[in-house]
Amino acid sequence: MPKDKKPEQNGSGLSRRDFFRSGTAGAVSAALISQQDGLARSEAGTQILGPGKIPIELSINGKIRRLEVEPRVTLLDALRDVLDLTGTKKVCDRGTCGACTVLMDEKPVYSCSVLAIEASGRQIVTIEGLGTPEKMHPIQQAFVDNDAQQCGFCTPGFVVASKAFLDRNPNPTVEEIERGLGGNFCRCGTYIGIRAAILEAAGKGGHHA
Amino acid sequence: MPEYSWPPADERWRIGRSTRRVDGPVKSAGAAEYTYDVNLYGLLHAKMLTCPHAHARIVSIDTSAAEQMDGVRVVHVIQGAGTEIQWASDEIASVAAETEEIAREALAAIKVQYEVLSHFLDGDDRNAPGAQPAQAETVGDPDAGLSSADKVSQGHYGLPLISHCCMEAHGTVAYWEDDQHLVVYESTQGVSVIPGQFAEALEIPAANVRVLCQHMGGGFGSKFSADRWGIECARLAKMAKRPVKLMLDRNAEMQVAGGRPSAYADVKVGAKSSGEITAWTSESWGTGGPSGAGSPPLPYVFEIPDRRHQHTSVPTNTGPSRAWRAPNHPQACLITMAALEDAAAAISMDPLDFFLKNIKMTGKLSDTYAEELKLGADLIGWKQRWKPRGQNGDGTIKRGLGLSLHTWGGRGHASNCELVINPDSSVEVRLGSQDLGTGTRTVIATVVADAFGLDVKDITVRIGDSRFPQSGASGGSTTVGGVGSSSRRASELALEAFRPKIAEELQAKPEDLEFINHRVQVQTDPSRYLSWKEATGLLGATPISVLGRNPGPGHLIDSGVGGIQMADVSVDTETGRVRINKIVAVQDCGLIIDMLTARSQVFGAMIMGVTYALMEERYMDPITGRLLNDDMEFYKLAGIGDIGDLVVHMMTGPGYDERGVIGLGEPPVISPGAAISNAVANATGVRVPYLPLTPARVLETLEKGGAA
Repeated sequence: MPKDKKPEQNGSGLSRRDFFRSGTAGAVSAALISQQDGLARSEAGTQILGPGKIPIELSINGKIRRLEVEPRVTLLDALRDVLDLTGTKKVCDRGTCGACTVLMDEKPVYSCSVLAIEASGRQIVTIEGLGTPEKMHPIQQAFVDNDAQQCGFCTPGFVVASKAFLDRNPNPTVEEIERGLGGNFCRCGTYIGIRAAILEAAGKGGHHA
Repeated sequence: MPEYSWPPADERWRIGRSTRRVDGPVKSAGAAEYTYDVNLYGLLHAKMLTCPHAHARIVSIDTSAAEQMDGVRVVHVIQGAGTEIQWASDEIASVAAETEEIAREALAAIKVQYEVLSHFLDGDDRNAPGAQPAQAETVGDPDAGLSSADKVSQGHYGLPLISHCCMEAHGTVAYWEDDQHLVVYESTQGVSVIPGQFAEALEIPAANVRVLCQHMGGGFGSKFSADRWGIECARLAKMAKRPVKLMLDRNAEMQVAGGRPSAYADVKVGAKSSGEITAWTSESWGTGGPSGAGSPPLPYVFEIPDRRHQHTSVPTNTGPSRAWRAPNHPQACLITMAALEDAAAAISMDPLDFFLKNIKMTGKLSDTYAEELKLGADLIGWKQRWKPRGQNGDGTIKRGLGLSLHTWGGRGHASNCELVINPDSSVEVRLGSQDLGTGTRTVIATVVADAFGLDVKDITVRIGDSRFPQSGASGGSTTVGGVGSSSRRASELALEAFRPKIAEELQAKPEDLEFINHRVQVQTDPSRYLSWKEATGLLGATPISVLGRNPGPGHLIDSGVGGIQMADVSVDTETGRVRINKIVAVQDCGLIIDMLTARSQVFGAMIMGVTYALMEERYMDPITGRLLNDDMEFYKLAGIGDIGDLVVHMMTGPGYDERGVIGLGEPPVISPGAAISNAVANATGVRVPYLPLTPARVLETLEKGGAA
């Protein structure tokens, strides 16, 4: 692992990954990121990681996965490209659409906006961790029963976000669902089904057809 | 030969019910494999360098630094020195590398010199240099019609160029089995139609190209082509001798992978005080990029006897347009229905009465529209709640109602369905079709299960592979009619081959057998039966294998549907915010194969309609010619809290079912913009001329008192 080496900038201005390095995001893993932040004024003894691949351990769906990634690799890309967990979708890649939603220590996060190295030591749950086609989680079953999906590309993100939402709010009103799921987009227009699915999963019934 | 017809209502076993979509579980569990998810051994990631200028000539390209970088496998120039680029984000060069990050770094190391040329972006300028005015089309005597009117209502209306914004970006994964045989995973609406496009560009026989697409993340009309990036992906794979994945970045997806043309119009409508429309004249213009924009069919739905329409196509330096769900219809619908609603307001008439008064002008669907308007009016409480403009509340929040009519063809496309009944009782169908999320698999399985007396889950549906019998591209609402008919004919052909074997066993006439509830029984004596499994056991070692086709004999499909929508909105006149309270859709689509996915199509179309009515717009930077909102934060889509209460009523039963199957994907997306715009006009008393009805536009219009 190269130490004391400044990551190369590509000269094309501040990229998203540079933004993460700048350490302005509050939730980042301080041990890793603040050191990156302090590159120009690094104190003696600080450890610099990257820009090459570094080994990390991720706890994903209850299993420890060991992998090597560059520090700039997002959790989303690590899941999809390194671990072949492709249920988590890449759509906007800029923390807007919610298709990449995973649970990190039981909280929903956009995995496109979390670095893989930040996820070290956290409990990550992806769509694959909730259920399988043969043995679906009740929320997944409710999405099927209420036809809360068309092309299905936004669906895993919605299912994971719904899981986090219902964990916090097991008896939601429609208004609360509309606020709670406001961080996910669907282009086919499956919101009526999603609304009904979440109500049903919460035990309130809600077939829309 | 079988007679090829749909079963009458009392003999339908699975058709017309609500069946859970067969690919629901894999999608909800995240196990459905999309092109973006295909990770092949040794996969390289490709990215493309795009032009930052809206109009430029490439002077030189230097890729040497990129080629030297660690992890870079291939650098390829797509458009070389001397090429004139006509829109920002057009593709210049590509890189295939070990990781996406390395590919991006390599792109940054490619040096391109451009000679920047002047660009033109304004699709709302019909006097632009390069604008292409067409001859006016006149029917009857519109000038006399306007003179004979008691009121002539005049208005300006328009809607901007918008992006398709598919959730799964356009893209491809390609690998070569050898230097003549290509396998392509493609996010496509046309599994059977794009192999030829790859073959032609790569100079190999079409038979050597296999296209696969098990699931795709939305197309809406934008994914019919192999596209330059698809071809490029295949080229890179050939050069690298490795599989390559090339998916568009979101910003490219927004700029070059799909745009619905804009349309603007000046309209005059003449009307008698009694409500009779006497004439229509319109001049329209719009852009869909370098090739301008087609003429919206004006006036829409209402064939006003005395009318004139003239259209001007305005070429601009923006990414080229693509078919967008019901091409030209949402534009024509907004312009027409808004102009007619304004005409009704001008003669102080309820637009529902005004539309009904002139409903004969809608031609052969006029009875359908009249029936639908009455149903819709009941569902939204039109007669109790509609009030004339200016009488919709004393406070700052105004509430109003609006309506709209639409039509679409939707005749089933050419389709071939191979059907196999195996001796072990399993049934398999194969079609070179695709499921865009519309429920294609579910529809095919429902048709076959209905004919065989089986459950939908008993039918194995294989689609998404160009090696299966050819089926049409999924566009223009043609898929359900196409695959439904070929599957129905295949089912009837298979049963024709199967009946004699079972008849012999049951000592009955072949035509006296009926297939229902997992058994084959003698119609006159149901106590004589075989289970489906026993019956298929009679086949011995030879499966039944047939090919059903569309088009073909018998009446299974039709064309031409009518639908109406009514919107109830609230407008905050202090903030300009429009809220959807409720939208009602009443829709005809002939015989409905699966009610659940049909209703989902209509809900989805209404939501897409809310989105383009209230939010969607491309903002271009006049200086650079680039799209400013090329992400999903500033290119707004409706969220789950933006849609209000949606009500869908499907027209079924006598008068509708016997028409056969007609497509549904496009029609319900046509009216929402017009119905919402009319509701806002009714609420506020002023016409906001342009979609989307953003707070800024609403406030600006209110300030001007409604002047366009």
